[in-house]
Amino acid sequence: MINKKIKLNPDLFEENIDKKPTRDGFGDGVVEVGKEDERIVVLTADLSESTRANKFAEEFPNRFFNVGIAEQNLASVASGLAAVGKIPFATSYAMFSPGRNWEQIRTTICYNDQPVKIVGSHSGLTTGPDGGTHQALEDIAITRVLPRMIVICPCDYEEAKKATIACAKTSDPTYLRLSREKTPQITTKDTPFEIGKAIKVFESKEESVDVGIISTGILLHKVLKIANDLEQNGTSVEVLNIHTIKPIDESAIIELAKKSGAIVTVEEHQIVGGLGSAVAEVLAKNLPTPIEFVGVSDQYGQSGNAEELFSQYKIDESAILESVEKVISRKTN
Amino acid sequence: MGNISDEKVKELQLKATEIRKSIIESLTEAGSGHTAGSLGMTDIFTYLYFYALKHDPKIPDWLDRDIFVLSNGHICPGLYATMAHAGYFPVSELQTLRKLGSRLQGHPHREYLPGIETSSGPLGSGLSQAVGMALGIRIDYGKTTNRFVYCMVGDGELDEGQNWEAIMTASKYRLQNLILIVDRNNIQIDGYTEDVMPLNDLNEKFESFNWHVQEIDAHNFEMIDDAVGHAKSVFDKPSVIIANSIPGKGVEDFQRKPEWHGKSPTKDEAKNALKELRTLAGKIKCDQLD
Repeated sequence: MINKKIKLNPDLFEENIDKKPTRDGFGDGVVEVGKEDERIVVLTADLSESTRANKFAEEFPNRFFNVGIAEQNLASVASGLAAVGKIPFATSYAMFSPGRNWEQIRTTICYNDQPVKIVGSHSGLTTGPDGGTHQALEDIAITRVLPRMIVICPCDYEEAKKATIACAKTSDPTYLRLSREKTPQITTKDTPFEIGKAIKVFESKEESVDVGIISTGILLHKVLKIANDLEQNGTSVEVLNIHTIKPIDESAIIELAKKSGAIVTVEEHQIVGGLGSAVAEVLAKNLPTPIEFVGVSDQYGQSGNAEELFSQYKIDESAILESVEKVISRKTN
Repeated sequence: MGNISDEKVKELQLKATEIRKSIIESLTEAGSGHTAGSLGMTDIFTYLYFYALKHDPKIPDWLDRDIFVLSNGHICPGLYATMAHAGYFPVSELQTLRKLGSRLQGHPHREYLPGIETSSGPLGSGLSQAVGMALGIRIDYGKTTNRFVYCMVGDGELDEGQNWEAIMTASKYRLQNLILIVDRNNIQIDGYTEDVMPLNDLNEKFESFNWHVQEIDAHNFEMIDDAVGHAKSVFDKPSVIIANSIPGKGVEDFQRKPEWHGKSPTKDEAKNALKELRTLAGKIKCDQLD
């Protein structure tokens, strides 16, 4: 059942659930934290409206910089601002930042240990009709490999807002992965958020469960609906929201693996190098457990609407259910 | 600025010669590293650290300091030697260059060595960082601040497109507290710049991006001083100083030869080079040397 303690949206399974994009959470969050802390500056590479950086630009024009369509420059100018004491949020599409400018992020931000926050909107298949060129499906892999980098993938508007405010208060380089589409409001203002701490969003009172599902980002809503259906049909399940992919909450993952003995990971990203890989790294070392990976399987996306693409690339409801069945059948006891 | 005394010039020339000797010694001990560019920019390094920069080697993170960004990080043996002579760390430490555990990394790392403003080496990103620093300083100190950001790039480095992104940004924000120095030595790893990727008329290029442009002899302290003085007085524009330099300057055998871009001298080569620097072979006039 839904974890009552974390105060999720009571309308979670309603048809008319409120929807908002995670990028809006960033846009509102950065204005809020910008009011408290004058060191916050925001940069964009010709995408101020799309990334919602425009809200900050209107409020604090002297602390906003548009560097044009130049993502390499974007990352390094942000590094320079950080070097003189600012806390920069550098915004663009995930495909181009951290995609195109990866080496600048590595050297001038992470190697240099500057507190720059890379904000990549329009990640994943939900970028939809724009097609495969614009659907970042590799960004978690290329950021989590960087020493010092914090990687956060919020599940909804509220979590994105909290993540924005929380990362502004750390001195760590951070990647904030956001989406364009309006997605269901899973959490509320009262849901806890702490960088690096996974949230058990669906729990069972039993000592052991049939399966544990681990997800990140906007697919969490789909996962929760599936968990609810599974439970009603007699399959016991727990669900972890891993909003922080790096540093990953090892103990929460190990605990879930102990309780379930079978894990399914669900993400809007390539299976190679993403959340599933991160979970597998934890479990292979600490508690080898059967895992099934739901994600994009070594392919590029194409044009289509989000739901069509989820089904085409097998990260839809039936793919998740299939993986649940499969992983349970692989359990040894 | 722009009125440096003859005495000061003489003093800087002497200092530059000492620094060149240290460069040869540390590169020879390291057994690898970039000789030509380090020697070619020694006079400008010397001018900056012994005359122009507002800095305090004892308080490297002094808040009101000027900032020097070395974008072409591979010529750090020149910067390290200059910093050592300026008092940032003991000259003897130059012998640890490129060795395990050394503060003097093969390409500079700001966390290893206090006084290094940014880690650099991968070419093309230093100017963007300098732009960010100049913007940040302007937020805190105002547009007409006297706190300057100096950035050095190699001419071959200008092949990197990111420089031109940064050049546009500096111009857009009219960063008058930014001074770019281009080491125009005409060589890069694979040969002469105009063969590998022609830069053509750099002055015209920068002018068309609305920068204030000056071109100087990188080994003439009066010209360096004059150009920096002018650059600091320019209003509403970033400044570039195109510094025509002789790669390997000071040692006849190393001069103007692309093969000296990325290697260090052998012990024998170093011996000859040091002898030449001691006598200066008549190239740098200074009566006070033996």
